[in-house]
Amino acid sequence: MRLRNSSMDGSDGSQLFEDTSRAGNQQAGPQAAGFPGQSLLSDPMSNLAMAYGSSLASQGREMVDKNLDRFIPISKLKYYFAVDTVYVGKKLGLLVFPYMHENWEVSYQQDTPVAPRFDVNAPDLYIPAMGFITYVLVAGLALGTQNRFSPELLGVQASSALVWLIMEVLAVLLSLYLVTVNTDLTTIDLLAFSGYKYVGMIVGVVAGLLFGKPAYYLSLLWCCVAIFVFMIRTLRLKLLSEAAAEGRLVRGARNQLRMYLTMSIAAAQPIFMYWLTYHLIR
Amino acid sequence: MAFTLYTLIQTAILCTNAIAVLHEERFLSKIGWGVDQGVGGFGDDPGVKAQVLNLIRSVRTVMRVFNSVEKSFP
Repeated sequence: MRLRNSSMDGSDGSQLFEDTSRAGNQQAGPQAAGFPGQSLLSDPMSNLAMAYGSSLASQGREMVDKNLDRFIPISKLKYYFAVDTVYVGKKLGLLVFPYMHENWEVSYQQDTPVAPRFDVNAPDLYIPAMGFITYVLVAGLALGTQNRFSPELLGVQASSALVWLIMEVLAVLLSLYLVTVNTDLTTIDLLAFSGYKYVGMIVGVVAGLLFGKPAYYLSLLWCCVAIFVFMIRTLRLKLLSEAAAEGRLVRGARNQLRMYLTMSIAAAQPIFMYWLTYHLIR
Repeated sequence: MAFTLYTLIQTAILCTNAIAVLHEERFLSKIGWGVDQGVGGFGDDPGVKAQVLNLIRSVRTVMRVFNSVEKSFP
Protein backbone atom coordinates (compact mmCIF):
# COMPACT_ATOMS: atom_id res chain seq x y z
CA MET A 1 0.00 0.00 0.00
CA ARG A 2 1.39 3.33 -0.85
CA LEU A 3 1.73 5.49 2.22
CA ARG A 4 1.97 9.20 2.36
CA ASN A 5 4.48 9.11 5.17
CA SER A 6 6.58 11.78 6.68
CA SER A 7 9.63 11.08 4.57
CA MET A 8 8.63 14.08 2.52
CA ASP A 9 8.82 16.35 5.51
CA GLY A 10 12.45 16.25 6.53
CA SER A 11 14.93 17.48 4.02
CA ASP A 12 12.32 17.81 1.30
CA GLY A 13 10.24 20.23 3.27
CA SER A 14 10.00 22.54 0.31
CA GLN A 15 7.89 19.99 -1.50
CA LEU A 16 4.93 20.44 0.82
CA PHE A 17 5.38 23.82 2.41
CA GLU A 18 7.97 26.52 2.11
CA ASP A 19 9.63 27.11 5.45
CA THR A 20 9.64 30.84 6.05
CA SER A 21 10.03 30.58 9.82
CA ARG A 22 13.83 30.75 9.99
CA ALA A 23 14.11 34.16 8.37
CA GLY A 24 11.41 35.57 10.64
CA ASN A 25 12.88 34.18 13.85
CA GLN A 26 16.30 35.67 13.33
CA GLN A 27 14.87 39.12 13.04
CA ALA A 28 12.54 38.83 16.00
CA GLY A 29 15.03 37.28 18.42
CA PRO A 30 17.58 39.93 19.33
CA GLN A 31 14.98 42.68 19.34
CA ALA A 32 12.67 40.99 21.81
CA ALA A 33 15.45 40.33 24.28
CA GLY A 34 16.55 43.95 24.26
CA PHE A 35 13.30 45.75 24.99
CA PRO A 36 11.06 44.22 27.68
CA GLY A 37 13.29 45.25 30.57
CA GLN A 38 16.99 44.70 30.97
CA SER A 39 16.45 44.67 34.72
CA LEU A 40 14.52 41.41 34.39
CA LEU A 41 17.29 39.67 32.51
CA SER A 42 20.21 40.87 34.56
CA ASP A 43 18.91 39.06 37.67
CA PRO A 44 20.50 35.57 37.60
CA MET A 45 17.61 33.91 39.44
CA SER A 46 15.01 35.01 36.91
CA ASN A 47 17.43 34.05 34.15
CA LEU A 48 17.53 30.55 35.55
CA ALA A 49 13.76 30.49 35.94
CA MET A 50 13.24 31.56 32.35
CA ALA A 51 15.63 28.90 31.05
CA TYR A 52 13.91 26.23 33.15
CA GLY A 53 10.49 27.36 32.05
CA SER A 54 11.37 27.31 28.38
CA SER A 55 12.93 23.84 28.62
CA LEU A 56 9.82 22.60 30.42
CA ALA A 57 7.61 24.06 27.75
CA SER A 58 9.55 22.44 24.94
CA GLN A 59 9.47 19.09 26.76
CA GLY A 60 5.74 19.33 27.23
CA ARG A 61 5.26 20.23 23.60
CA GLU A 62 7.34 17.23 22.52
CA MET A 63 5.21 14.93 24.64
CA VAL A 64 1.96 16.33 23.28
CA ASP A 65 3.21 16.01 19.72
CA LYS A 66 4.26 12.43 20.22
CA ASN A 67 1.00 11.37 21.82
CA LEU A 68 -1.17 13.28 19.38
CA ASP A 69 0.62 11.72 16.46
CA ARG A 70 -0.47 8.31 17.66
CA PHE A 71 -4.17 9.13 17.32
CA ILE A 72 -4.28 11.60 14.47
CA PRO A 73 -1.52 11.14 11.89
CA ILE A 74 -0.52 14.78 11.65
CA SER A 75 2.21 14.23 9.06
CA LYS A 76 -0.21 12.44 6.76
CA LEU A 77 -2.74 15.20 7.20
CA LYS A 78 -0.19 17.79 6.14
CA TYR A 79 -0.11 16.24 2.69
CA TYR A 80 -3.80 16.92 2.19
CA PHE A 81 -3.49 20.59 3.02
CA ALA A 82 -0.53 21.35 0.77
CA VAL A 83 -2.56 23.32 -1.74
CA ASP A 84 -2.26 26.65 -3.42
CA THR A 85 -4.66 29.02 -5.11
CA VAL A 86 -4.14 27.68 -8.62
CA TYR A 87 -4.93 24.15 -7.49
CA VAL A 88 -8.06 25.24 -5.64
CA GLY A 89 -9.28 27.19 -8.65
CA LYS A 90 -8.70 24.30 -11.03
CA LYS A 91 -10.27 21.78 -8.68
CA LEU A 92 -13.39 23.87 -8.17
CA GLY A 93 -13.67 24.18 -11.93
CA LEU A 94 -13.32 20.42 -12.25
CA LEU A 95 -16.02 19.81 -9.65
CA VAL A 96 -18.51 21.93 -11.55
CA PHE A 97 -17.44 21.07 -15.10
CA PRO A 98 -15.55 17.77 -15.34
CA TYR A 99 -16.34 17.05 -18.95
CA MET A 100 -13.30 18.47 -20.70
CA HIS A 101 -10.64 16.98 -18.45
CA GLU A 102 -8.89 14.01 -20.01
CA ASN A 103 -6.16 12.68 -17.77
CA TRP A 104 -7.56 11.65 -14.39
CA GLU A 105 -4.57 9.72 -13.10
CA VAL A 106 -2.74 10.78 -9.97
CA SER A 107 0.93 11.25 -10.75
CA TYR A 108 3.47 9.63 -8.48
CA GLN A 109 6.99 10.57 -7.63
CA GLN A 110 9.09 7.53 -6.69
CA ASP A 111 6.18 5.62 -5.27
CA THR A 112 4.73 8.43 -3.16
CA PRO A 113 1.87 10.50 -4.50
CA VAL A 114 2.70 14.03 -5.50
CA ALA A 115 1.32 16.81 -3.28
CA PRO A 116 -1.97 18.34 -4.44
CA ARG A 117 -0.16 21.55 -5.22
CA PHE A 118 1.46 19.89 -8.21
CA ASP A 119 -1.31 17.61 -9.42
CA VAL A 120 -4.92 18.54 -10.02
CA ASN A 121 -6.12 14.96 -9.69
CA ALA A 122 -4.83 14.42 -6.17
CA PRO A 123 -7.45 14.56 -3.38
CA ASP A 124 -7.12 17.24 -0.74
CA LEU A 125 -8.88 18.12 2.48
CA TYR A 126 -8.81 21.88 2.12
CA ILE A 127 -11.79 22.16 -0.22
CA PRO A 128 -13.98 19.75 1.80
CA ALA A 129 -13.16 21.50 5.08
CA MET A 130 -13.83 24.96 3.71
CA GLY A 131 -16.89 23.67 1.89
CA PHE A 132 -18.33 22.22 5.08
CA ILE A 133 -17.90 25.45 7.01
CA THR A 134 -19.30 27.50 4.13
CA TYR A 135 -22.25 25.13 3.89
CA VAL A 136 -23.09 25.68 7.55
CA LEU A 137 -22.87 29.45 7.12
CA VAL A 138 -24.93 29.46 3.92
CA ALA A 139 -27.53 27.25 5.63
CA GLY A 140 -27.74 29.79 8.43
CA LEU A 141 -28.14 32.55 5.85
CA ALA A 142 -30.89 30.67 4.04
CA LEU A 143 -32.75 30.00 7.26
CA GLY A 144 -32.37 33.62 8.22
CA THR A 145 -34.02 34.86 5.05
CA GLN A 146 -37.03 32.76 5.94
CA ASN A 147 -37.12 33.97 9.54
CA ARG A 148 -36.45 30.48 10.81
CA PHE A 149 -33.01 31.21 12.20
CA SER A 150 -31.78 30.81 15.73
CA PRO A 151 -28.14 30.31 16.79
CA GLU A 152 -28.71 26.72 17.90
CA LEU A 153 -29.76 25.81 14.39
CA LEU A 154 -26.23 26.43 13.16
CA GLY A 155 -24.96 23.76 15.52
CA VAL A 156 -27.80 21.43 14.55
CA GLN A 157 -27.03 21.84 10.83
CA ALA A 158 -23.32 21.33 11.39
CA SER A 159 -23.67 18.19 13.47
CA SER A 160 -26.31 16.78 11.16
CA ALA A 161 -24.14 17.22 8.07
CA LEU A 162 -21.12 15.85 9.95
CA VAL A 163 -23.03 12.74 11.03
CA TRP A 164 -24.21 12.08 7.49
CA LEU A 165 -20.63 12.47 6.27
CA ILE A 166 -19.30 10.02 8.86
CA MET A 167 -22.04 7.52 8.07
CA GLU A 168 -21.33 7.78 4.37
CA VAL A 169 -17.59 7.23 4.86
CA LEU A 170 -18.28 4.23 7.13
CA ALA A 171 -20.72 2.76 4.62
CA VAL A 172 -18.17 3.13 1.81
CA LEU A 173 -15.46 1.55 3.99
CA LEU A 174 -17.74 -1.36 4.82
CA SER A 175 -18.66 -1.98 1.21
CA LEU A 176 -15.00 -1.77 0.16
CA TYR A 177 -14.22 -4.42 2.79
CA LEU A 178 -17.03 -6.67 1.64
CA VAL A 179 -16.08 -6.56 -2.01
CA THR A 180 -12.37 -7.14 -1.16
CA VAL A 181 -11.04 -4.46 -3.41
CA ASN A 182 -7.27 -4.09 -3.30
CA THR A 183 -6.92 -0.37 -3.50
CA ASP A 184 -4.68 2.30 -2.11
CA LEU A 185 -7.58 4.50 -1.12
CA THR A 186 -7.14 5.52 2.51
CA THR A 187 -9.88 6.62 4.87
CA ILE A 188 -8.81 10.23 4.51
CA ASP A 189 -9.09 9.90 0.72
CA LEU A 190 -12.67 8.74 1.11
CA LEU A 191 -13.34 11.61 3.48
CA ALA A 192 -11.97 14.01 0.87
CA PHE A 193 -14.10 12.54 -1.93
CA SER A 194 -17.22 12.63 0.18
CA GLY A 195 -16.52 16.22 1.11
CA TYR A 196 -16.39 17.44 -2.47
CA LYS A 197 -20.16 17.45 -2.73
CA TYR A 198 -20.41 20.46 -0.42
CA VAL A 199 -19.25 22.65 -3.30
CA GLY A 200 -22.26 21.65 -5.39
CA MET A 201 -24.60 22.09 -2.45
CA ILE A 202 -23.35 25.60 -1.80
CA VAL A 203 -23.73 26.57 -5.47
CA GLY A 204 -27.28 25.24 -5.48
CA VAL A 205 -28.36 26.97 -2.28
CA VAL A 206 -26.80 30.30 -3.26
CA ALA A 207 -28.47 30.17 -6.67
CA GLY A 208 -31.75 29.38 -4.95
CA LEU A 209 -31.36 32.31 -2.59
CA LEU A 210 -30.53 34.73 -5.35
CA PHE A 211 -32.88 33.66 -8.10
CA GLY A 212 -35.64 31.57 -6.54
CA LYS A 213 -36.69 27.95 -6.62
CA PRO A 214 -36.31 27.10 -10.33
CA ALA A 215 -32.71 28.31 -10.24
CA TYR A 216 -32.10 26.14 -7.20
CA TYR A 217 -33.38 23.04 -8.96
CA LEU A 218 -31.51 23.78 -12.17
CA SER A 219 -28.16 24.47 -10.55
CA LEU A 220 -28.54 21.51 -8.17
CA LEU A 221 -29.28 19.25 -11.14
CA TRP A 222 -26.22 20.53 -12.95
CA CYS A 223 -23.97 20.08 -9.92
CA CYS A 224 -25.40 16.61 -9.21
CA VAL A 225 -24.60 15.40 -12.72
CA ALA A 226 -21.15 17.01 -12.53
CA ILE A 227 -20.32 15.34 -9.20
CA PHE A 228 -21.63 12.02 -10.52
CA VAL A 229 -19.31 12.17 -13.54
CA PHE A 230 -16.41 13.42 -11.40
CA MET A 231 -16.75 10.58 -8.90
CA ILE A 232 -17.08 7.91 -11.56
CA ARG A 233 -14.04 9.11 -13.45
CA THR A 234 -11.95 9.41 -10.31
CA LEU A 235 -13.01 6.15 -8.66
CA ARG A 236 -12.81 4.17 -11.85
CA LEU A 237 -9.04 4.38 -11.84
CA LYS A 238 -8.77 3.47 -8.18
CA LEU A 239 -11.28 0.69 -7.75
CA LEU A 240 -11.48 -1.17 -11.01
CA SER A 241 -8.80 -3.37 -12.43
CA GLU A 242 -6.48 -2.06 -15.11
CA ALA A 243 -8.32 -3.40 -18.10
CA ALA A 244 -11.75 -2.31 -16.97
CA ALA A 245 -10.51 1.15 -16.13
CA GLU A 246 -9.47 1.70 -19.71
CA GLY A 247 -13.02 1.22 -20.83
CA ARG A 248 -12.89 -2.27 -22.26
CA LEU A 249 -15.71 -4.53 -21.15
CA VAL A 250 -14.25 -7.16 -18.84
CA ARG A 251 -16.56 -10.00 -17.93
CA GLY A 252 -16.60 -11.69 -14.58
CA ALA A 253 -18.63 -11.36 -11.42
CA ARG A 254 -15.92 -9.55 -9.53
CA ASN A 255 -15.48 -6.76 -12.03
CA GLN A 256 -19.19 -6.37 -12.27
CA LEU A 257 -19.44 -6.05 -8.50
CA ARG A 258 -16.73 -3.41 -8.49
CA MET A 259 -18.52 -1.51 -11.22
CA TYR A 260 -21.74 -1.57 -9.22
CA LEU A 261 -19.82 -0.35 -6.18
CA THR A 262 -18.37 2.60 -8.10
CA MET A 263 -21.76 3.49 -9.51
CA SER A 264 -23.47 3.33 -6.14
CA ILE A 265 -20.84 5.47 -4.43
CA ALA A 266 -21.20 8.04 -7.19
CA ALA A 267 -25.00 7.85 -7.10
CA ALA A 268 -25.09 8.41 -3.34
CA GLN A 269 -23.59 11.87 -3.76
CA PRO A 270 -26.55 13.51 -5.57
CA ILE A 271 -28.93 11.90 -3.09
CA PHE A 272 -27.08 13.42 -0.17
CA MET A 273 -26.81 16.74 -1.95
CA TYR A 274 -30.56 16.93 -2.36
CA TRP A 275 -31.26 15.58 1.11
CA LEU A 276 -29.10 18.13 2.88
CA THR A 277 -30.34 21.19 1.01
CA TYR A 278 -34.00 20.81 0.13
CA HIS A 279 -35.22 21.98 3.51
CA LEU A 280 -33.27 25.22 3.13
CA ILE A 281 -35.15 26.44 0.08
CA ARG A 282 -38.87 26.79 0.57
CA MET B 1 -33.65 15.28 10.19
CA ALA B 2 -31.62 16.53 13.10
CA PHE B 3 -28.89 13.99 13.69
CA THR B 4 -26.46 14.59 16.47
CA LEU B 5 -23.20 12.87 17.26
CA TYR B 6 -24.99 11.16 20.11
CA THR B 7 -27.39 9.46 17.70
CA LEU B 8 -24.38 8.22 15.76
CA ILE B 9 -22.94 6.61 18.88
CA GLN B 10 -26.35 5.15 19.71
CA THR B 11 -26.66 3.72 16.19
CA ALA B 12 -23.22 2.14 16.40
CA ILE B 13 -23.96 0.53 19.75
CA LEU B 14 -27.34 -0.77 18.63
CA CYS B 15 -25.92 -2.22 15.41
CA THR B 16 -23.11 -3.96 17.30
CA ASN B 17 -25.62 -5.33 19.75
CA ALA B 18 -27.80 -6.58 16.92
CA ILE B 19 -24.89 -8.51 15.45
CA ALA B 20 -23.89 -9.85 18.85
CA VAL B 21 -27.29 -11.34 19.69
CA LEU B 22 -27.53 -13.53 16.60
CA HIS B 23 -27.60 -17.01 18.05
CA GLU B 24 -25.19 -19.47 16.50
CA GLU B 25 -27.09 -22.76 16.51
CA ARG B 26 -30.66 -21.58 16.63
CA PHE B 27 -30.45 -19.10 13.84
CA LEU B 28 -27.24 -18.77 11.87
CA SER B 29 -26.80 -22.45 11.10
CA LYS B 30 -30.44 -22.73 10.09
CA ILE B 31 -30.04 -20.14 7.34
CA GLY B 32 -26.66 -21.37 6.22
CA TRP B 33 -24.59 -18.65 7.81
CA GLY B 34 -22.83 -20.68 10.48
CA VAL B 35 -19.11 -20.42 11.18
CA ASP B 36 -18.39 -23.73 9.55
CA GLN B 37 -20.25 -22.89 6.38
CA GLY B 38 -18.36 -19.74 5.53
CA VAL B 39 -14.86 -20.50 4.35
CA GLY B 40 -15.21 -22.44 1.15
CA GLY B 41 -12.18 -22.35 -1.08
CA PHE B 42 -8.76 -20.86 -0.67
CA GLY B 43 -8.80 -18.97 -3.93
CA ASP B 44 -8.07 -15.31 -4.12
CA ASP B 45 -11.75 -14.46 -4.31
CA PRO B 46 -13.50 -14.88 -0.95
CA GLY B 47 -16.77 -13.48 -2.22
CA VAL B 48 -19.24 -11.24 -0.47
CA LYS B 49 -20.94 -13.97 1.56
CA ALA B 50 -17.67 -15.21 3.05
CA GLN B 51 -16.69 -11.66 3.99
CA VAL B 52 -20.04 -11.05 5.67
CA LEU B 53 -19.77 -14.28 7.66
CA ASN B 54 -16.22 -13.41 8.69
CA LEU B 55 -17.35 -9.99 9.81
CA ILE B 56 -20.20 -11.39 11.89
CA ARG B 57 -17.93 -13.97 13.49
CA SER B 58 -15.21 -11.45 14.34
CA VAL B 59 -17.67 -8.95 15.83
CA ARG B 60 -19.15 -11.69 18.01
CA THR B 61 -15.69 -12.84 19.13
CA VAL B 62 -14.69 -9.32 20.11
CA MET B 63 -17.94 -8.85 22.00
CA ARG B 64 -17.33 -12.13 23.81
CA VAL B 65 -13.96 -10.82 25.00
CA PHE B 66 -15.59 -7.63 26.29
CA ASN B 67 -18.26 -9.72 27.97
CA SER B 68 -15.71 -11.86 29.81
CA VAL B 69 -13.68 -8.82 30.88
CA GLU B 70 -16.81 -7.19 32.21
CA LYS B 71 -17.86 -10.35 34.06
CA SER B 72 -14.58 -10.41 35.95
CA PHE B 73 -15.37 -7.06 37.59
CA PRO B 74 -17.30 -7.55 40.87
